[in-house]
Amino acid sequence: MSKINTQFKRRTFLKTSAAAGGGVLIGFSWLASCKQERAYNYAQLPSPDMPEQWANLTGYIKIGENGTISIVNPNPEIGQNVKTSMPMIVAEELDCDWDQVIVEQAPLDTEKYKRQVAGGSQSIRHDWELLRKTGATAKAMLVTAAAKRWEVEASTLTVAKGIITNAKGETLGYGDVAANIVDMPVPEEISLKDPKDFKIIGHSKTNVDMKGILTGQPLFGIDTREKGMVYASMIRPPAFGQKLVSFEAEKAKAVNGVSDVIQIGDKIAIIASSNWPAMKAKKLINATWEEDTALESTTDHNTAMNKLMEKGADEPRRKDGDVEKAFADADEILERVYEAPYLPHNCLEPMNFYADVTEERIYTKGPIQTPEWTQSRIAGVTGRDKKDVTIDMTRMGGGFGRRLYGEFAEESALISQAINKPVQLLFTREDDMTAGTYRPASKYKIAASIKDGKVTGYKLTESAMSSNMYGLIPNFFPAGAIPNYKVESVKTDSNITTGAWRAPFTNFLGFAEQSFFDELADLMKTDAVELRLALLENAKGAAAADESIQYSPERMQETIKLAAEKGGWGKEESGVSKGFSAYYSHNTHVAEVAHVVMKDGSPVVKKVICAVDCGIVVNPEAAKNQVEGGVVDGVGHAMYGDLSFDKGVPSAANFDKYRLIRHSEAPEVEVHFVENGLSPTGLGEPSLPPAGGAVANALFKATGKRLYKQPFINQNEILG
Amino acid sequence: MAIFNINVNGNQKSVDVDADTPILWVLRDELNLVGTKYGCGIAQCGACTVHMDGTAVRSCQLRISDVENKKITTIEGLSENLKDPVQQAWIEHDVPQCGYCQAGQIMTASAFLKTNKNPSDQDIKEAMNGNICRCGTYNRIRAAVKTAAKNM
Repeated sequence: MSKINTQFKRRTFLKTSAAAGGGVLIGFSWLASCKQERAYNYAQLPSPDMPEQWANLTGYIKIGENGTISIVNPNPEIGQNVKTSMPMIVAEELDCDWDQVIVEQAPLDTEKYKRQVAGGSQSIRHDWELLRKTGATAKAMLVTAAAKRWEVEASTLTVAKGIITNAKGETLGYGDVAANIVDMPVPEEISLKDPKDFKIIGHSKTNVDMKGILTGQPLFGIDTREKGMVYASMIRPPAFGQKLVSFEAEKAKAVNGVSDVIQIGDKIAIIASSNWPAMKAKKLINATWEEDTALESTTDHNTAMNKLMEKGADEPRRKDGDVEKAFADADEILERVYEAPYLPHNCLEPMNFYADVTEERIYTKGPIQTPEWTQSRIAGVTGRDKKDVTIDMTRMGGGFGRRLYGEFAEESALISQAINKPVQLLFTREDDMTAGTYRPASKYKIAASIKDGKVTGYKLTESAMSSNMYGLIPNFFPAGAIPNYKVESVKTDSNITTGAWRAPFTNFLGFAEQSFFDELADLMKTDAVELRLALLENAKGAAAADESIQYSPERMQETIKLAAEKGGWGKEESGVSKGFSAYYSHNTHVAEVAHVVMKDGSPVVKKVICAVDCGIVVNPEAAKNQVEGGVVDGVGHAMYGDLSFDKGVPSAANFDKYRLIRHSEAPEVEVHFVENGLSPTGLGEPSLPPAGGAVANALFKATGKRLYKQPFINQNEILG
Repeated sequence: MAIFNINVNGNQKSVDVDADTPILWVLRDELNLVGTKYGCGIAQCGACTVHMDGTAVRSCQLRISDVENKKITTIEGLSENLKDPVQQAWIEHDVPQCGYCQAGQIMTASAFLKTNKNPSDQDIKEAMNGNICRCGTYNRIRAAVKTAAKNM
């Protein structure tokens, strides 16, 4: 393993003359270098040669004497492709050859990196400028070093693919001059490229972990294998509301390979030399549980949610105009209730974490969307200082919000602390599906008033289990589009744990709202797309005057027009029923047209055509992949996703009872991006919320039946 | 515990485990071949798919005592230097998102293409239906299987 031969430890300010906002003084940390090299797995395609030495330019970039460039991915990789797309942004401004780049995954390091989180589809949007400036600063210094070497003005030099060329046509590679920038002052001004000059951004690059994925290399948390480690499996209370009274472990301890059975709070941990004995021994534990808090059932939840929904909230989340008057004066009123069940996340890689707790320090490694929060949580439960807790981030076999909540990391640390050994805790699928942190069950009552052929009022009441929509959502469409507008939320407390699930709240609200607008358009005898475009036209003034409005009416109109055009909206096609939906979330505007056809008497979702405005598309093929996946996921969960409770026990524990969408059920997805050159926004979530609505609206056209509850298969038997 | 001799990726291996140990855990915990993934443990998701004498099987359901004298191939042994047309097609179509299910998808596809050289979309959907992809890369998988079929 090579050593780093330079170290920067300075902080300064850079004056940037960016194309987007020239000459503004922006605070910027010139980041310290790594103190020591970690062992990384270079599994990517292509594989550049490793250098003898690295010149470490920032916390993000290292350049080898042979021209190989290492760029750090600061954020957790969850399948959203940041491990490729974030380094692409650095490489673009660095002006290097992408084929000479290797990517390293950063560990948690709050001094070097900001917002090391995978969540809210925010990585690219949040770090866009920082990553560009990082690349551009390093480039400026490398060019200066070459200028000094040649004793010419830096402005006379040109750069392409990491090769610096002077007026005479002589060249120096970045590797030739990297060592010279060690003591160089950081430039006060740098230039960012005009996006029209981008050579890497906007050009598809293969996932940097592709080779590792296709050859089975140890990329994921579950693949962690360290010297001296043992494996743990845990038993949790079988029902929410139960606690552990006692357990008998003699038979479990007799299983070959089992070394210990210990109690951690209300859970029992089986420790073994490998996973199988731990899983086998679990079934031999005889545990006694008792009711601690109420054992809740879905029927009770429904009663409670309905009651609260009728009562409403004391204070609205957002209120414009006079909704009560609009409804009192209405010619017509449409009111509908939409209902969603709990959903488990079902990441295909079950929850797991490695922990080695010693007196000196706590080393942990695993798949986690929130390493910084998890560091604090581990420190908290082990009674240690958080500076003693190291977290290395592995690739994640899915996240979808589940890995925002690192209770499994806490548990692994507690087990390691108790047994004084390095341990990997692995959830079985049954543990994973029954341990909680679900998408909360919820209901939305939506009502609109119509007067003289116009929508005059809109009321949305959310009644949910455990948690309500986050604060931005009441300012999404149709806020600003309808003069009299009110959103209110109520919730019922529960001992069933809930959390963020891909596109939190909007994953169902998108369906509810966009189904409602479809029905509203029918009632008003207008076209579904025309109604939305007209409402967005109304919203332009309000959005310009009111900063709280989150979406852009103009961008949403363009997105809708693109989807309508590409999806053949308004064109008759024999045997094809079309449904429309449009939804803004996570700073991205998406519109979708679903095509449903009848096959053997049953409706089949054949295709979904999407238009997406996420600004500049960093890595086009991977971006399409995200949109496609979000649509398939959205359709799948709307059609099949279901988890209910009977006396605290979840209705499914594995994929024999829980239905995820499969190959034969996945619609084709066609993706079109709006081209506007604006700064990029995220794609991990935004294509999901509109998918359920587009499909429900197309299914209505095909079957004549409106769908108000998810999963759809429970509402209409011909969908099964 | 007992000693079992198995053939994995062309190599003879000897492991000391209980007779009921699924091959999945022998591969992952005894032989350090972690490319084969645990997903459900009940043959519902396909993440653990390997080849036994060339046929795709769910390694979570196959006990060590069932595989003596059989040839097991895992994702690590599918090809040298990514030469397999299925792996090549996966690169061409930029298939993976999180990547966790893809070893199982590839092993299922590779065994399937040995029995069906010119599959229709419907054939592919049926053959791949036992492999779940939570990220929803099904369309890319289907396209990649078609490409691989052409290049085999």
